[in-house]
Amino acid sequence: MIVANRKPFEEIVEMLKPYSKILLLGCNECVTVCAAGGAKEVAVLASELRMHREKEGSPLEIVEHTPERNCDPEYVDSLAPVIGDAQAILSMACGCGIQFVGEKYRDKRVLPAVNTSFYGVTEEQGMWAERCQGCGNCILDKTLGVCPVARCAKSLFNGPCGGSHGGKCEVSDETPCGWQLIVDRYKELNMLDKYMEIQPLKDWSTSRDGGPRKRVREDLKS
Amino acid sequence: MSASNLERVLKGGNFAVTSECGPPRGADPEAVRKKGGYLKGYVDAVNVTDNQTSVVRMSSIGASVLLKQMGFDPIMQMVCRDRNRIALQSDLLGASALGLNNVLCLSGDHQKFGDHPTAKNVFDIDSMQLIKTIKGLRDDGRFLGGEEVKGGKPDMFIGCAENPFADPFEIRAMRLAKKAACGAQFVQTQCIFNVPKFEKWMEMVRDLGVHEKVYILAGVTPCKSIGMARYMQKSVPGMDVPEDLITRLKGVPKEGVADEGIKIAIETVQQVRAIKGVAGVHLMAIEWEEKVAELVQGAGLYPRP
Repeated sequence: MIVANRKPFEEIVEMLKPYSKILLLGCNECVTVCAAGGAKEVAVLASELRMHREKEGSPLEIVEHTPERNCDPEYVDSLAPVIGDAQAILSMACGCGIQFVGEKYRDKRVLPAVNTSFYGVTEEQGMWAERCQGCGNCILDKTLGVCPVARCAKSLFNGPCGGSHGGKCEVSDETPCGWQLIVDRYKELNMLDKYMEIQPLKDWSTSRDGGPRKRVREDLKS
Repeated sequence: MSASNLERVLKGGNFAVTSECGPPRGADPEAVRKKGGYLKGYVDAVNVTDNQTSVVRMSSIGASVLLKQMGFDPIMQMVCRDRNRIALQSDLLGASALGLNNVLCLSGDHQKFGDHPTAKNVFDIDSMQLIKTIKGLRDDGRFLGGEEVKGGKPDMFIGCAENPFADPFEIRAMRLAKKAACGAQFVQTQCIFNVPKFEKWMEMVRDLGVHEKVYILAGVTPCKSIGMARYMQKSVPGMDVPEDLITRLKGVPKEGVADEGIKIAIETVQQVRAIKGVAGVHLMAIEWEEKVAELVQGAGLYPRP
C-alpha cells in the first residue's frame, strides 16, 4: 500500500488560514489501511480544526467526505456535488489522489493534509515499513525476495557496506540492514554461493530517473 | 603496470606503507601541504579522502593534485554517494590527465552523518560496479555506455576497502573476492584493533585464494586518547575496539596515553605483518598525521623503497 503520515497540525492550520469553508477529503484505500487518511482520521482532523478555529474566533465550516478512491475517474468525477461551495479542498489522500482531484476541479486549490511517504506493509499493529520503491525493473528473484533498492540506505547491489552491524543499518539502529536480510535468505535456502554473482549496473531509466512514467494497455482503452 | 608508485612497491615484493590525508574544510592549499609535510618520505602512497563522513571538504582530486605536486603518489578516494556514472567517469579521466594513478573505490558514508543530512544521495552504482567501470575504461577503453574512450585511457591502479569487523561476518571474505573479480588490485582494511578477528578473516580470505589476487593492506590506527578509543568503540558503526585495549590505555599515567597508543599501533603493525597474505599497512593517524613518521620508524619500516 501507499503509506502516508499526517502533517503537523500547525502546518495544516496555516494552509487553511484564508478559508472559512472547506471540503475535507479522505480515501478509503491505502491511507485508510495505514490509518493516515481514512474516514476515522478525517473525523478526528475535522473536529480538531473546528475546535481550533472556534477558539481563534474564525469558525471553519468543514464538509467531511471519504470516497472509495481518489485515483480513479469513476470516483473523482462524482465529487462535484460534495465540493459544492467549499472554497478549498483539504485532502488526506495520497499524493496521487490529491493531484488527481485537483486536475478535475481546476477552480479549487487542493491542499495536502498528509505527507505521502512510501510503498509499504503493516509490519505489526500500528507500524508500517517500506518494501518497494517502484523502480520499474524488479530483481527480487536475484536477492531472494528482499529489495536492495528500497531496503538498503545506499541501494547497494553487491553486498552490505562496512557499516552493517548486528543486523542493523548504519543509518539507524531501528532499521534492519537490507543486506543482512538478503544474506539471511541465502543461508536459509542454502544458496550463499549466489552472493558471488556480480550484479550489473542498474538501468534506472525505468525508475523516476526516466521521467514521469505511464502504463498503457491498448486492449482496455475505450 | 600503471605509473603508480604503490603498484611498483607492491609488485617489487616490498611490504607497503600507505597513510591518509583528509582534505581541509576550506580552499587553502597550505593546509594540505602541511599535512603532507608530516608524511613526506615515510609512505609509498597517500590516500586522499572524498568528503569523508559526508562532511564537505576540498575535493579529493584537488587535494590529490596538491600532494602530487609535492612528490607524493596519491590514492584518490572516490565514493558513489555524490556522483552518478557520468560524473564518476568524467572525474576519472580528469584525475588521470592530472597525473593521478591510484583510485580507491568506496560506497561512501551515508549523508546522515555529515553536515548536510538533508542532501539527496546518488548511489547510481555501487563500489563494486565502480571498480568494474574503471577497469573497463582502462583495459577495454570503453565507457559504461559502450562508446570508445578517445585518445588516452585512464592509467589507474585500482583499490577498494573492506571491513573485516562489519556484519554479516561470514560474507566479508567473499565480498573481497567479489571485488577482486571486479578488478580490484589492492585493498585497504578498516582499522584493526581486534587482531584475532582479523586473523580469522585473513584465514577465510586465504581459503578463497583472494590474497593471491589482491594486495592486502591492513588498516592500523593509533589511539590518541581513551576518549577516542571509547568513541570508536561505541559510536562508529562497524568498528571493533576490544575492551582490553581501553583497559591498557587506562593502565598508564594520563600523560603517557598517547605514547601507549603509538606503542599499541606499532605492535599491531608487527602482528599483522606476520600474517600470511598481508602485503602492507595502511596507517590512518586521524588528525594525528605528525605521528606517522614515528610509527613507520618504530615498526622498522623506514626507509621506504
